[in-house]
Amino acid sequence: MGWLCRPFFRAKYIQKVEYPWEAAMSAPAPTSSNPTTTSTTSTSSSSPVEPTRRAGGRPILLLGLVAIGWLALYNVIEPLANWLTYSLFGLEHGSRLGESVAFFLYDVPKIILLLGGMIFVITLIRSFFSPEQTRAFLGGKREGVGNVLAASLGVVTPFCSCSAVPLFIGFVESGIPLGVTFSFLVAAPLVNEIALVMLFGLFGWQIALLYMVSGLVIAVLAGIIIGRLKLERYVEDFVWQIHSGKAALDLTKPAWPQCLNMGWQSVKEIVGKVWLYVIVGIAVGAAIHGYVPQSALADIMGKDAWWSVPAAVGLGVPLYSNAAGVMPVVNALMEKGAALGTVLAFMMAVVGLSLPEMIILRRVLKPQLIGIFIAILAAGITLTGYVFNWLL
Amino acid sequence: MLNVKVLGSGCANCKKLEAVVRKVLAAQGLSAEVEKVTDYAEIMKWHILSTPGLVVNDKVVSTGRIPGESELRNWLMP
Repeated sequence: MGWLCRPFFRAKYIQKVEYPWEAAMSAPAPTSSNPTTTSTTSTSSSSPVEPTRRAGGRPILLLGLVAIGWLALYNVIEPLANWLTYSLFGLEHGSRLGESVAFFLYDVPKIILLLGGMIFVITLIRSFFSPEQTRAFLGGKREGVGNVLAASLGVVTPFCSCSAVPLFIGFVESGIPLGVTFSFLVAAPLVNEIALVMLFGLFGWQIALLYMVSGLVIAVLAGIIIGRLKLERYVEDFVWQIHSGKAALDLTKPAWPQCLNMGWQSVKEIVGKVWLYVIVGIAVGAAIHGYVPQSALADIMGKDAWWSVPAAVGLGVPLYSNAAGVMPVVNALMEKGAALGTVLAFMMAVVGLSLPEMIILRRVLKPQLIGIFIAILAAGITLTGYVFNWLL
Repeated sequence: MLNVKVLGSGCANCKKLEAVVRKVLAAQGLSAEVEKVTDYAEIMKWHILSTPGLVVNDKVVSTGRIPGESELRNWLMP
């Protein structure tokens, strides 16, 4: 495996880049450099070439400071939320309003901090992978092994659904079996980093892990089934006529400080995109938390309501983009008696079966194959929901 | 004449990349022909697997990400 980002000590590749957090450094309080601070700095007027030694050391120092500030903030949220609710606002412990307000004030900063910190780390990890390397790695792998590898790489390879078409064409025409390609295409959106972070923050690491593993299993099985069904005829004909040859692997690779910058950019982008959903979702969740009586939902969304899993999947499919807002609501629902399997199935349907991606894939797949793809995925997700309801 | 191609089917990142390219060109006072390639068959001729792709004078310089302005300056400046 090569690197998309080069290690920082290769000074040859290091150029001066603009760090949005450099402005934050001059601010008095160290906490102001936390990842959620919205940056207003865009470009600096510095010349493109500057002494390389400075560029290597400074981001590491900054990263350390940011990490310390992040940890410090993360640890004061809970006492601060409690103090605000019960001392400053004078709400009563155990009262409905008090519970809801404390829940909201604790969860919003916690989830936003977690999202910021973890998206940064995930982006750095992903910068070590690229679709080109993944394709080269998957070439010539057998079915089965290939499906498992493709699904796992689908999780770590940077992927945006708008790239689904070139990626699909590139994979298929380089001889990677259709089923293996599908394992990648299922896993990449299904094991969603925002969902993963929010599950970790709201439900704990066990459920986050469970989500990831079941996502991988679904991706592997869906790929194997599609491979076995021999559906090559349902791929649009022009795909088979493209011979794009070997992908360019010798691209200029960004240097280490630029990778940190990339991490920062994606934090800004993702947190900027989802913060409102998070706040609204947590507000609804907080209201449910405080006002809905315990186990009120056991009858509708509990284990014994067999129809709740397919209903959750059916409801989740059109809700593609609101994973960040859906999660806190789902968390609160679970507290009131909704079953875990039902909740997981709902979430997977929200993030994994996205309508825009299907529309994009329609360019390379005939409607029959899109239909089969959706059916297999929905069936897999529903089955997972039942299995967890039955197991736990 | 500098020739720049932005490869991508019109997703948000492709538009962002085009905007950044134009911004850098304007800031450096460079004149260039900026093309948008949106047809998949055309895009695939450049052997890329992820969009947006950036081609400067018939050479792919980046794929799947939006390069920083300093990187862009390096590629665009003669």
